[in-house]
Amino acid sequence: MSGRTVAEKILARASGLDSVRAGEVVEASPDLVLSHENTFLVDRSFSEFGLSRPWDPDRVVVVLDHRTPANTAETARVHAKIRETVKRMGIGKFFDVGQGICHQLLVEQKLVRPGGLVVGADSHTSTAGAVGAFGTGLGATEVAGVWATGRTWLKVPETMRINMVGHLNRAVFPKDIALHLASKLGPSGADYKCIEFGGMFLFDISISGRMVLCNMAVEMGAKTAIVPADATFAAWSPECKEPPGDACRSDPDARFESTTDLEMERITPLVSGPHRIEAVRSVEEFGDVRIDQAFIGTCTNGRLEDLIAASWVLKGNRIAPGVRLIVSPASRTVLADALDMGVIQTIVNAGGTILPPGCGPCLGAHEGVLGPGEVCISSGNRNFRGRMGSDEAEIYLASPATVAASAIEGKVADPRRWLTVDL
Amino acid sequence: MTSEGRVWKFGDDVNTDMIIPGRYLDRYDPKHLASHAMEGADKDFASKVRPDDIVIAGKNFGCGSSREQAVVALKESGVSAVIAKSFARIFYRNAINLGLLVIASDSAAEVFKDGDMVAVDLGGSAVRSKDGTKMAPLHKPPERAMAILRAGGLIPYIKSSLGREVG
Ligand code: SF4
Repeated sequence: MSGRTVAEKILARASGLDSVRAGEVVEASPDLVLSHENTFLVDRSFSEFGLSRPWDPDRVVVVLDHRTPANTAETARVHAKIRETVKRMGIGKFFDVGQGICHQLLVEQKLVRPGGLVVGADSHTSTAGAVGAFGTGLGATEVAGVWATGRTWLKVPETMRINMVGHLNRAVFPKDIALHLASKLGPSGADYKCIEFGGMFLFDISISGRMVLCNMAVEMGAKTAIVPADATFAAWSPECKEPPGDACRSDPDARFESTTDLEMERITPLVSGPHRIEAVRSVEEFGDVRIDQAFIGTCTNGRLEDLIAASWVLKGNRIAPGVRLIVSPASRTVLADALDMGVIQTIVNAGGTILPPGCGPCLGAHEGVLGPGEVCISSGNRNFRGRMGSDEAEIYLASPATVAASAIEGKVADPRRWLTVDL
Repeated sequence: MTSEGRVWKFGDDVNTDMIIPGRYLDRYDPKHLASHAMEGADKDFASKVRPDDIVIAGKNFGCGSSREQAVVALKESGVSAVIAKSFARIFYRNAINLGLLVIASDSAAEVFKDGDMVAVDLGGSAVRSKDGTKMAPLHKPPERAMAILRAGGLIPYIKSSLGREVG
């Protein structure tokens, strides 16, 4: 009998079964269930069940991050309603305006642990895979169903294993690995699957970098993505007394749907062109694309190491006239650390605008909405038409270093020109 | 479960930002959402769509953000079914949970064109043009999804199971 993948192990445990296989449908009980402003919708659906509280309020996490501080009176009303709901229901894991993006907080505040199952009313719930958990997105009504019953049905996914070998070149970051994968897989190449990352290079990737990989997997259709907890995790989480064991990694003889080796040396700074995630080319090929806005932030790339990379590029430089550089730290902790380190000072001195921690302009609701004909280079995860405002705007995606370099040059720029030392 | 209507055709990778852009999400009102349905893919859709119309699309329909409002916008605008080569998983689940019929078909996107009058025959696992000249086989939704659809969506489905547990 062959072994099990980490996805199979996590779903077996969460379903109270000895063992499950890819393809089986299980009734799983999540360890955490997440929602953001759409808690309003969750609550609406939940109220139809006639129950006063979720099955286990301690497993419910609510974060206000998408439109924070409130952009309209309507949003303010929704926020107030959610505050009232979490209080009434005794939901303690509530993060109000300004504390950060939900996916960031789950990991940073160590709410999610290796081997855990997290479902969330947000597509990027896969980000929790960075600490060896199985995270997947659901809709708001389905989350209401979990609030009511403590369970949801999930099909155990096949696993695509990606082994990372070698070392990254200078000015190449996990974002570039993710964009490289997007170019290979396209927007549905990992449909319904679990992408599991492995390989020796994994040791070099911080939890922050792992979050980038697991976050972006969704853009390729993945149901979840997992980086099994290893020594890097243990070092990051010394308070985790029991080192994650076999339950948190795939068996050597587990059945993967595919296994691919990815050579890090071959990856260069990449940019995804407008409207389609797979429109990825090397940064040099975008040399003449002028930009109006450069945005660093989001659940993909708004963490301390992203801001540090940007500040190394920006140090002693000024952004180009006519360009807006907008920086939104992924959490208050990230902001505080970046302030301590002088990173924020560097960004501001270069001409950057700092936004409060949260989703910022990522979803086109506020704080940097694009007008017709405008071009933005963003460290986020989606470049769909209309995502950040006007349908006639263009969004390019790249690593924070590439975004910062582009802000200086006023056009899509090669970070290797500005980042002359290894980080 | 059958449905009959006029076809609206779309391509591959129609994402939820196209179905309902994020800037309209601060108001939940279904009518408001429906008035912007498919705005990112076809500006005329919201004003011209008629009750029972059927969306036929290529692969990966509904990719991107998990926003349930995408389903609400389509449903409220009168769309009775979405047939696509494949669906993004969260959109698919949302549709079933909110009682919108979503069905995969390998060939419907090639067989039918904008404006065709078609009838979905779930029992016979096919979608046919009303004039009887064209047909595309359908993959029936999984049994679990059908049970939720038959109940009218996830809320009534769970309500009846909660009722059973209590009773
Ligand atoms: S930062 Fe963007 S992608 Fe991430 S949760 Fe917020 S809106 Fe979604």
